[in-house]
Order: sequence, then structure tokens, then C-alpha cells
Amino acid sequence: MSGHAHRDDVGSKLGMWLFLVTEMVFFGGLFIAYSYMRHRYPAEFHLGGAELNVTLGVINTLVLLTSSLTVVLSIVAIQRGEKSRVMGFLGMTLGLGFLFLIIKSFEWAAKFHHGLYPNAPHLATLPPGEQVFFGLYFVMTGLHALHVVAGMAVLTWILRKVAKDEVRQDRYIHLENGGLYWHLVDVIWIFLLPLFYLAA
Amino acid sequence: MTYSATAQPSYLQNTGGRKGLMAWLTSTDHKRIGVLYLVSMAGFFSVGVGIGFVMRLVQLTTFQKLITAQTYNALFTVHGVIMIFLLVIPGLGVVFGNFFLPILIGAKDVAFPRLNLASWYFYMTGAILAILSLFTGGGAPDTGWTFYVPFSLKTGTNVSLAIFGAFILGFSSMLTGINFITTIHRLRAPGMKWFRMPLMCWALYATAWVQILATPILAITLVLVILERLFGIGIFDPAKGGDPLLYQHLFWTYSHPAVYIMILPAMGAITEIIPTFAGRTIFGYKAIAFSSMAIAGVGSLVWGHHMFTSGMSEFANMLFSLLTMIVAVPSAIKVFNWVSTLYKGSIDFQPPLLFALTFIFLFCIGGLTGVMQGALAVNVNVHDTYFIVGHFHYVMFGGTGFAFFAALLYWFPKMFGKMYSKKAIYVSWFPMFIGFNMLYFGMLILGVTGMPRRYYVHLPQFHPMHVFATVGSWLLVLGLLIYFGTLLYALFKGEKAGDNPWGGVTLEWTIPSPPPVENFEEIPTITTGPYHFAEVEK
Repeated sequence: MSGHAHRDDVGSKLGMWLFLVTEMVFFGGLFIAYSYMRHRYPAEFHLGGAELNVTLGVINTLVLLTSSLTVVLSIVAIQRGEKSRVMGFLGMTLGLGFLFLIIKSFEWAAKFHHGLYPNAPHLATLPPGEQVFFGLYFVMTGLHALHVVAGMAVLTWILRKVAKDEVRQDRYIHLENGGLYWHLVDVIWIFLLPLFYLAA
Repeated sequence: MTYSATAQPSYLQNTGGRKGLMAWLTSTDHKRIGVLYLVSMAGFFSVGVGIGFVMRLVQLTTFQKLITAQTYNALFTVHGVIMIFLLVIPGLGVVFGNFFLPILIGAKDVAFPRLNLASWYFYMTGAILAILSLFTGGGAPDTGWTFYVPFSLKTGTNVSLAIFGAFILGFSSMLTGINFITTIHRLRAPGMKWFRMPLMCWALYATAWVQILATPILAITLVLVILERLFGIGIFDPAKGGDPLLYQHLFWTYSHPAVYIMILPAMGAITEIIPTFAGRTIFGYKAIAFSSMAIAGVGSLVWGHHMFTSGMSEFANMLFSLLTMIVAVPSAIKVFNWVSTLYKGSIDFQPPLLFALTFIFLFCIGGLTGVMQGALAVNVNVHDTYFIVGHFHYVMFGGTGFAFFAALLYWFPKMFGKMYSKKAIYVSWFPMFIGFNMLYFGMLILGVTGMPRRYYVHLPQFHPMHVFATVGSWLLVLGLLIYFGTLLYALFKGEKAGDNPWGGVTLEWTIPSPPPVENFEEIPTITTGPYHFAEVEK
């Protein structure tokens, strides 16, 4: 509000890291619930994992990892002042995020088709451990997907700022912070893949 | 607006070119945001006190014609939600932390001023959702503020909306924590080393870490309850392989550390008040600073003491019992340091000191009854009785509440540039103190003799003590009315306070009252520790 444009990039990044800590603890609560339940129902988690499509899970992992690479490339590009390449790489990141969501929705649709969703009549006939497995599967991948959407919204907002030259070679802390958030979304997925898809 | 470098307008005069209410609702000035919190919290406090007052009336059985049992369930739920989530958790941190943290470390504002204002909007959104839940859907939540499953999953009342409100309030708390940590790391004035910071800053720093590390656990727990209610995912539902005990663990993993979110800033404010009125430096600066961090650390590992009767293993019970007793040590360190600071000080007995000493007295009762419950054998007997209710009101109201009153008396002249009638404040103290102890010591006795909490009716043998406690609640409310009436009167009609009415030596007393927009004409350079009274005498 005041005329003093106070700028502290180190402080901004510290704030972002602290926010990422809260995100990690947020998912940490779910990982605790997961480890407790898996300890309780090892055999059922094994069976549940066998129902998931490992190929699609691995493809999605590659998609997200590539999107993290393109975010890094966009930061390299902005340091060199190559605006059009920044926008290109950010566009690719958004595209890959979108691809991830499409593949995810196919997976979810298949589970719904097989009656493997919370409160489904078919799921209720399975042993309790498997019901919990799919409860956790939908909660954790669902909340992760919400974070993908949030990350895409943030990157779109930054893309606009790049277009208007508000984020540029000498001032790109927003892009760095947005990139950090995107990496977090990526890292959480790296943990979800073995916990669910490779549980079998 | 033009002004010379030597005469900034005060933050109250600087409207940022906007009029009336908008000048408050759009300002990113940390001082204005602190006042916004103060005003909104005063509103919620009066509602919370009102509900508590009515709950006491219900225990005079003649009033049960007006309040049904179901309404009573809603009343204690709403009283808890308002008092805990809207008052003591944000508490001193958002009011005095916002207003004074930047000033105490010699900064112009917090690290992220716009985020700071956004936090207030999150706070208000959460508050409004929580209040809306009373009047919409299936009626006011009746689960108690702890939202325990399975009841919170089965009840037809509007639990989901109330929980969503608490979830949003969590965001406000986390973002404030992030803001304060970054502020302390990045914006200390030149020469303001870590061990030259006033101890309020250490308390806020420790609190902020708890806010960041504990609040997300509450967030995910509440999200799981909402998802459970909406989709029946089964994580807390034994019929689907889930475990209700998991809810209690997750809930208390946040909600016990939250107790330290409530009390640490209160201890910080007391640590500012005591040296000023003792006229000497604080005894054991580093011990107090580290005890804040120790409370934050150990306090995060004691949640299981809420669950001794929930069916945990004997080993877990013993471990949590031990940790619970250990957390009393750093709290006691603070108490001893405060008392030692007063020893051989040149004590200037003023209203803030009276309330600070009252805090120490009431907090000791609260703390010691807490240690009693940490012992497993005692805990099994007093679990879910009025003893628990008495204990946490001693800590939360006698502790955080009275520290808030003390801090408000201490900093009111600085915040608004006006002095209140000290006589009227002394008068308000008597009914407050006597009423408080009648009400909550009465509850301790009721609990030990077997009165369960949250009951709508009671057996005849408990009646005399219930009447005694209810009369205490009337005195307490009378004292509160005089207290707030005095401050309100002073706000409009009070005499000018002057820049340093108490002879304090921390940075806020070196600037005008009320503080100018950018706090300092020139960012100060710090050469000594925070409580150097000898310098003033020279």
C-alpha cells in the first residue's frame, strides 16, 4: 500500500519453504494413517494394490517428472531473459499436468466401473482391509489431484505475469516459488506410486 | 499525502486515502490488522461469555424450562468452538503479535503484509461459517468442540459446515505462523541479534513453529471427517475396517500442541510486563527463551494424555504420562524466573502488574491440576468430570485470558494513546478474581466428588456447589463488564497517555503513542539486550 516497494527474495523463498512444510505435514497425517492401516491389514493392502493399473501409474509418474523438468528449464530460460522460451516451457508444464489429470480420471473411471469406490455395494462385500485401502486410495490420490489443479492455477497466474513482464530476468521469485510448489506436488506423487501401485 | 520526514501521522490518522470502515478493511498496516483482530475477537468473546453464562443458569435447575437438553448440547459445543478456535488459539498472537512484533524487533511491518490481511479474512470467513452452522442444515452441532467420531459421523446436526469453518481458521493460523517466522528471520533491525530480542518475540517464534507443524494435522483430520460424512470412505468407521481411535490420535496431535499455541504468547506478554514494573532486567533471559522452544517441542509429544481411558496400550499410557510431567518443567522455569525478576526489584504496582500476578497465580493452579491428571491413577478417576473443565478454564481463561487482560492494560496506552482509569480497573479486578475462583474452583471440587462434564442434569448432592459456581459466574461477568467498560470509556474520553507511561525500555516505548505509520523515523540500531533499565536511570 505504501510507496515503499520492499523486496526480499530470500524472505519470500523462506516463506514458501515454510508453506511447503505445512503441505508435507498435511499429507504426513495421511501417510501416518496409511502406515497404521497397512500394518493392520498387510494381506488386504497387497490384494488392493493388485487391483491398480501399474502401467498407468508409471506413465503418470514419468509425466509428472517431465513436468518438473520443464519448470526447471523455464527458470533457466528466465535467468537468460528468453521470454518466449519461458512461456513455452511453462505451457508444456501445464500441458503435462493436464495429461496427468486425464490419465488419472481414466483410472478412477475404471475403478468406479468395477464398483471399487467408497460406499459401493460391491466394495462392501470385500474384507474390511481392502475397503480401507480403497478409502485411502481415493482420499490420497484425490487430494493429490486437487494439488495438481492448484499448482496449475498458480503456474497459469505466473504465465500471465511473464506475459506482462511483471516476472522477468531481474525479478523472477514468483516463478521460483511456483516451481517449488510444483516440485512438491511431484514429490508427493513419487511417494504415492510405491505405496499404492507397487503394494502388490 | 505529504509529510516531512520528522513527523509521520499516527497509524490511526493514516487512512490510505479510503474512508471509514474501508480504511480498516483494506489496510495492510500490521497495527491496523492487530486492531481488526482485537475488535472481532471482542465480539466473539462476548458471545462466548454469554453462552457460558446461560450454561451456568441451566445448572440452576429452575431454568431448564427454557433450555432443552439438545440445546444444552449445542450450547457447550458452540461455547467450546468459539472460545477455542476463535479466541484463545489466535489469541495474543494475532492481536499483540501483529501489533508489536515488528515494533519490538525494529521493523516497519511484517514480512508479508498482504498475506497478513488475507489471514484476517480467512479468520473471519472461518468464523462466519462456524456461526452459520448454528442456524442452517440439521441444526447446531452437538458433538462438543472435539468432534469425536463415531458420534460426529452419525449426528444429523450441521457438523460438516462447522468443521469446514475450523479448517479455514487453520489456514489463518498457519499463514500467520509463516509470516511471523519469516519476519523474525529477515526483518530484525541492525544489531538486533537473536538474544537481544524481547522475550515476547521468542514466545511468538516458538508459537509460530507449533502453528506450522501442528495445524496441518488438524486440517487433514477435519478433511477426513468431512469426506467420511459425505462419501463414507471408512477410515474412521470400524464397520469398514477403519479405526475411531485413529481420529483421536490425529485430533490431539494437533489439539494438544494447540494448547501451547494458546499459552506461549501469553507467557511472552507476561515476560514483557514483569521487568517493566520491577524496574530491572529479566532474570534468566536465555532460560526463558529456551523454555519457550522446549515447551513447543515437548508439548508436541504429549497428546496421548487425552486418551488414557480410550484404550491405548499400557506402555503408551506410561510414556505419555512421563512426557506430560516433563512438559511442566519448562513452564515452571518461566514461573520461577518471573518471581526472581520481582525479587529486590523496585516494584511499581500498576494495573498491568496486578493482572500479570493474577495470571501467575491462576496459571499455577491450572498447571498443577494438569500435573495431577498426568498421573494415570488420578486421570482414570477424574476423566470427563468437571475437574477437567475446571483445570482447562484455569489454564485457558485464568492463564491466556488474564494474560490477555494484562497485556491489553499494558499496551492499551501505546496502541491508542489514551490512559484508562486505574481505579476502575482495580475495582473490576475484585469481582473478576473472586468470581473466577468461585466458578472454577467450584468445578474442581465438583469434579473430584464425581460430577461428570457435559451433563444437562445433576444429582441433588452436587446442587449446592453448582449454585456456588453459578453465583461466581455472575461476579465474573460483572468484573468483565467493568473492565471492558473502563477501556471503552478511555478509548473515547481518556486522557492522553504519553509516549512511555510505564517507564518501559523495549523499542515500542521509544516511539510516539499511538505509533506512527512506519513505526520508526529511522530504523534503530541495537547495541544492548532488551531490558537495560540502568541506561534509563542515567
